[in-house]
Amino acid sequence: MLYVAVAVRAFRRYATYTAATLAGIFTNSVFGVIISFSYLAVWGQNPDAGGYDVSDALTYAWLGQAMIMTVAVWSGGATDDLAARIRTGDVALDLYRPVGLLGWWLATDLGRAAYHLVTRGLAPTLVGAVLFDLRYPAGPGTWLLFWLSVPLAVVVSFGIRMLVTASAFWLLDDTGVRNLQVVCAMFFSGLVVPLVLFPGWTRDLAMALPWAAFLQVPADIWLGRRAGADAWWGLTFQAAWAAALLGACGVVLRRARHKVVVQGG
Amino acid sequence: MVSTGSTTALIEVEDLTRTFVVRRRAGRFRRIASVVRAVDGISFEIARGEMVGYIGPNGAGKSTTIKMLTGILVPTSGRLSVAGADPSRDRLELTRRIGVVFGQRTTLWWDLPLRDSFELLRRIYKITPDRFRSNLDEFCELLDLGDLLDTPVRQLSLGQRMRGDIAAALLHDPEILYLDEPTIGLDVVSKSRLREFLRRVNAERQVTLLLTTHDLQDIEQLCKRVMVIDHGSLVYDGSLSGLHTVGSSTRTLVVDLVDPLPDDARIAVDGATVRRVEGPRQWLSFPAEASAAPLVAAVAASYDVADLSILEPAIEDVIADIYAR
Amino acid sequence: MAEASALPDALRAYGLLARTWVRVSMTYRTSFVILTIAQFVVTGLDFLAIVIMFANIDALGGFSLAEVAFLYGGAGVCLGLADLILGNIEHLGSKIRLGTFDAMMIRPVPLYAQVCADEFALRRLGRIAQATAVLAWSIVTLDLEWTPAKAAMVGYLVVFGTAIFLAIFTLGAAFQFWTQDASEAANAFTYGGNTLAQFPLTIYPAEMVKALTFLVPIAFVNWYPSLYILGRPDPFGLPEAFQFAAPVAALALGLLATVAWRTGVRRYRSTGS
Repeated sequence: MLYVAVAVRAFRRYATYTAATLAGIFTNSVFGVIISFSYLAVWGQNPDAGGYDVSDALTYAWLGQAMIMTVAVWSGGATDDLAARIRTGDVALDLYRPVGLLGWWLATDLGRAAYHLVTRGLAPTLVGAVLFDLRYPAGPGTWLLFWLSVPLAVVVSFGIRMLVTASAFWLLDDTGVRNLQVVCAMFFSGLVVPLVLFPGWTRDLAMALPWAAFLQVPADIWLGRRAGADAWWGLTFQAAWAAALLGACGVVLRRARHKVVVQGG
Repeated sequence: MVSTGSTTALIEVEDLTRTFVVRRRAGRFRRIASVVRAVDGISFEIARGEMVGYIGPNGAGKSTTIKMLTGILVPTSGRLSVAGADPSRDRLELTRRIGVVFGQRTTLWWDLPLRDSFELLRRIYKITPDRFRSNLDEFCELLDLGDLLDTPVRQLSLGQRMRGDIAAALLHDPEILYLDEPTIGLDVVSKSRLREFLRRVNAERQVTLLLTTHDLQDIEQLCKRVMVIDHGSLVYDGSLSGLHTVGSSTRTLVVDLVDPLPDDARIAVDGATVRRVEGPRQWLSFPAEASAAPLVAAVAASYDVADLSILEPAIEDVIADIYAR
Repeated sequence: MAEASALPDALRAYGLLARTWVRVSMTYRTSFVILTIAQFVVTGLDFLAIVIMFANIDALGGFSLAEVAFLYGGAGVCLGLADLILGNIEHLGSKIRLGTFDAMMIRPVPLYAQVCADEFALRRLGRIAQATAVLAWSIVTLDLEWTPAKAAMVGYLVVFGTAIFLAIFTLGAAFQFWTQDASEAANAFTYGGNTLAQFPLTIYPAEMVKALTFLVPIAFVNWYPSLYILGRPDPFGLPEAFQFAAPVAALALGLLATVAWRTGVRRYRSTGS
């Protein structure tokens, strides 16, 4: 299928950046270590914080580092390329097939995500596993659910990033929107501090937002905190947000086709 | 040691060499290192006030030479003297006395309006306000920059930016102006305007010009002296007219006949030789100084011509001819 | 060397270039304000995380929220100042690639000054403001017994902490003379260093703290001076003299950074890349 080919090609393209990937793995690992020690201190004080135990927390930290690039929290997603094309105006050509456009970029992003998962996802996790006492999925069923959850997380993230990128069709300077999204993503995905630690109603709110799909849901499945029906509900949550966001993207892109504000060089 | 010979050579280059180690991939993980001699033992002298063309095909070593003359790169071996100083050691001191224009990228600040870039340069080079104003006025007029002064450099077209770069390079009254491929990508009108400006600058201000290019027209229009570099070596250093003799530069007339000639015959006319035939198209080369008009008439008179075009001499051909002799 | 004697020239040029960039950003005033606020918020998230942690615990590594806030604020101000002064040195790799670096080499201004000042971003005040706010809150909340010495120590912390980060940024940039692709690794030391220093070093194993003292001297940025100000004995039993040794660390690291930078420039001029 065409989209599979697109994804594979994206994977290969990102695979040429070896040095950058190694550097990224190093940085992820360093941050993973720092976060791990801070969680050790927190759970050392309160062994049951947020309903997690210390192993859960440490595992969560490393899963977080693994997901940062996979889900492209800050940047590095395929949507960055699209943003560049919007800025130069090249996108005008792409716009005449809005469904094709969305599918194409989604496939590209998934290919990229696969590369980042295998490199900057897997490698730091191994480092974490060696240095700390992590928890692993209970059985093949859990693994399967986890591996279903990860691509869903990428799709949700893609949907959000695509909407943000599409804002560039209307706003000449999309940096504000972009920064705002990054802030929300970092915070509400649980990368800064696990969502389970959020006090009271803020926790419920955070769990309902799409960013919870990035890390909290896959992590809970991995840790066995969401098992059985709960796990399926988690996947449904992700899928629902994915569908809603992709739908919104479709609408927005169709609008964009009508109103192309092409920015010259 | 600076040579204090009888010539007042501003730029002296002796046996200048610059090698690079290039690592190429051979298979998945192995790299093969090879040594590339980008500049291979070249020697020349440029006197004050000269306007010299430095021509060669892509990758011949032109930019590398300029980088060494400006101090950006240090030579691997050889002697180099610019205004009595060694650029690789006294790079910072020499910056006040030189101006550089890079064809491929700007030396101006991308986000600043031209005016602000110039103002910044005034302060960096400590140009006196009077000198600055007089230079700026003159350049704005000659290069038609007046309307562009408030435009950010990033919004300028290539030709406009190039004009801005040249003005910027001359604001501080340098003794030497290096231009690295200044006309690349410009249209014909812009090119000739630029050349006119450079001629004037050289004549009125005695600025020594060293201009690299792979466009022979630049040389034709500007320089009496031309140095030809190929694969790092200087293959010719002398007058332009000499180059035509030595290089026998030729132009090419491309003739598209209505039908190909039978039996692979070639067009026969005086003053031109057929170099190549492909079906109905034939390439005829003739001396560059000769006018194409009589040749065209002769061909059209004797053959059924569908279309014609003229190709200017490529520097590669000139060089090939030099070697062939 | 020629560049050493050109210090006043370098500072003047730096000031000139930085002021020009500030003027540029002021022409897009709304964008500037938004970006500064955004910086404030984004960097503030780290503190929000600490506050949320303290919603679940009373003490982190034996330090109260206000004490951790003091550490956090100190580190943040130092990194923020260093980032403001020369944060864009991180982009050295792309400057080399785009040819901007060559364009700098033909100007009668020391290279380092130009690279530091290039695209000076006043919006980085956002991080400094945020860290200062947290620091101020912690000082007010802590109700310490202030002596002139302690007050001076705060200034000492900022000055030498910033100096250490300046050196780390420079080292990270010099690294890019050898490899531009792997430049992200430097973040582990600059932003990683800051994140690490937000917490009391008691949460880390003793070997790591020793490494942070003798190897990558991040501990001198805010930890040792803070021990003095907060009136706490060294939890690892390390000499009290360390609390006054930040200038030594800054000097050592600064020398290393100078050597690395010079070597990097020399390498660039010998290989052209």
